[in-house]
Amino acid sequence: MSTDIVPAASLIPADAPFPKAAKVALGMPQLRANLAHATGTIRGKRAKVAAELDDWEQLRDTAAAIKATVQRRLPELAVEFEKHATAAGATVHWARDAKEANEIAARLVREAGADEVVKVKSMATQEIELNEHFEAQGLKAFETDLAELIVQLAEDRPSHILVPAIHYNRTQIRDIFDQRMGDAPAGLTDDPAALAEAARLHLRRRFLSAKVAVSGANFAVAETGSLVVVESEGNGRMCLTMPETLISIVGIEKLLPSFADLEVFMQLLPRSSTGERMNPYTSVWTGAREGDGPRDVHVILLDNGRTTVLADETGRQALSCIRCSACLNVCPVYERTGGHAYGHVYPGPIGAILAPQLEPGRHDDLPYASSLCGACYEVCPVKINIPEVLVHLRQQGPHEAGERAAMGAAEAVMSRPRLWRAALRAARIGSMPWRRKGFLGRLPFPGSKWTVSRDLPVPPKESFRDWWKERER
Amino acid sequence: MKRVALFITCVNDALFPETPKAVVAILERLGYEVDFPAAQTCCGQMHANSGYKRDAARLARSFEQVFGGYDAIVTPSGSCAAMARDQYPHLTGSAIGQRVHELSEFLIDVAGVEDVGAHFPHTVTYHPTCHGTRALGLGDKPLRLLRAVGGIELVDLPAADQCCGFGGTFALKNAEVSSAMLADKCANAAATGAEYLAAADNSCLTHIGGGVNRLERTGAARGPRPIHYAEILASTA
Repeated sequence: MSTDIVPAASLIPADAPFPKAAKVALGMPQLRANLAHATGTIRGKRAKVAAELDDWEQLRDTAAAIKATVQRRLPELAVEFEKHATAAGATVHWARDAKEANEIAARLVREAGADEVVKVKSMATQEIELNEHFEAQGLKAFETDLAELIVQLAEDRPSHILVPAIHYNRTQIRDIFDQRMGDAPAGLTDDPAALAEAARLHLRRRFLSAKVAVSGANFAVAETGSLVVVESEGNGRMCLTMPETLISIVGIEKLLPSFADLEVFMQLLPRSSTGERMNPYTSVWTGAREGDGPRDVHVILLDNGRTTVLADETGRQALSCIRCSACLNVCPVYERTGGHAYGHVYPGPIGAILAPQLEPGRHDDLPYASSLCGACYEVCPVKINIPEVLVHLRQQGPHEAGERAAMGAAEAVMSRPRLWRAALRAARIGSMPWRRKGFLGRLPFPGSKWTVSRDLPVPPKESFRDWWKERER
Repeated sequence: MKRVALFITCVNDALFPETPKAVVAILERLGYEVDFPAAQTCCGQMHANSGYKRDAARLARSFEQVFGGYDAIVTPSGSCAAMARDQYPHLTGSAIGQRVHELSEFLIDVAGVEDVGAHFPHTVTYHPTCHGTRALGLGDKPLRLLRAVGGIELVDLPAADQCCGFGGTFALKNAEVSSAMLADKCANAAATGAEYLAAADNSCLTHIGGGVNRLERTGAARGPRPIHYAEILASTA
């Protein structure tokens, strides 16, 4: 028995403010159960393998320092990368924004005489909505990462950076394959091995016929002009080696100065992302080589707002992100809402600081989608101080007029000790009718936001100040 | 003469006199002279974390004015201590935060005591509040003080390191997500069967306590009573 596929993203309004979208997600019990189970599992695995390394903190410090260096030297590193990649036979393109990157990629596909591509899992291409652009141009992009394939077949959107189908359980995945894959075996069960085999056979046919592949990159080494893709399933290796043409779309923040820097990140990334000591497949390629892999190798260096982020000394930390998702997996907000509620391709704590910076003015609600608990900063392998950036972005505004007035009034009272004492006295007197009961259970707006699920204690009869004054006498 | 200033915090000033009273009792028991500068109000955290930098800076300057003359400022709040230490340098360039100690830091690092001579014959579970634990790096200091209390029975809180969902204005701006986090915290607290839930911040305890109170009076569940750990340390046989 197969149930109808309802893509989660279609239920959660992508353009709604976070609190509203989150409320919808909170009302989806299956989604919440799937998320709690999956994030809880990865969280435990990460903690275990991170604890195995006694130089974990030094690795984090080193990674943060390398990324800070990259941010300071970005222009020269980008040019250095171009020089070495070009010398090795690659063609380097520069894209200011999503539109330019998509146009270059579509043109390259057509020039290769193709109308479809296979894809390695790539956040950069999600960010620029390459698949949607290709579709509008009559080109087809086939995702080959298992979870991306699930999401694409379900006509859904990814809800997690690393595990895009985290919101589905295996029964739902079975239904998606059964109804949408076209060549799923009859009588497919929800056994993970059977599901993986069905996907493997389906994808194998795609790999063998594809002329063009599109990828992103985890790292771009300036010193050698090399690109690096880190993956688990081997689909990436197939895409990177079999087609004749390879197009890689790479955010400029992915640059690293030297090949030796990879040593640091290759210890941090697998442990932080999948909770593994080592990822199964690491592909490194430098330009094109006769008789070995793609003959036509292109790299599109993507800005798309990154240089604007770079200009903000506090906010630029967000560009250090290596897309490991450790912050999502430990975030108590993400765990309960999932990624769709964030309304951006980068959800969770990192999304809350990256989205509003990449698209200024469009995600002003996201820096508030956090209790500032700091669990994200604690696990971030490159030590992005996410709570600091969240507060920094909140301080950039804008602020709602009523709130602005209330905050101003509170400050005016708190800056004047006599007024403050008077306000406390007034609160004690005003709440006298409720003193015997001991709490307030229902308050008018905005206090109603508090009393939706919690009572509020009543001010005491005698304040500490009164007690102290009496004692001093 | 060992003299310290007491910063009670605005939350305790308004709602919880027993906590600063407890701090006074503990410090005096250890031979400290406690000063309570009456002009104190708020550290400015609500304004800073809600995005009102200028208001926060004004409150930070008031704080510096009131407490500038003291070598040691003790406060029963991990969150407010973290505010002074982490954010004042950015807001006003002041390093006064280095002299602000959360109670357990003061007792263990400055006074050098873990056993403060307390007696509290009850079952207690401990919630490590986020700012105290992560921003301030308290580690298990409050817990070490509690372990030394006579008669106490400490019970582990499941998923203790998960935020209770308070987060200042987060509880209002994202009331539904906050409530979902609180529901899990209350369920875990109730599962301990403890009489009390102790923590280093009364703001978080207002949140958890408010949730527990709601569940109890609607007959949904019973839970531990919220208590600042200072009040446990102040109890004697």
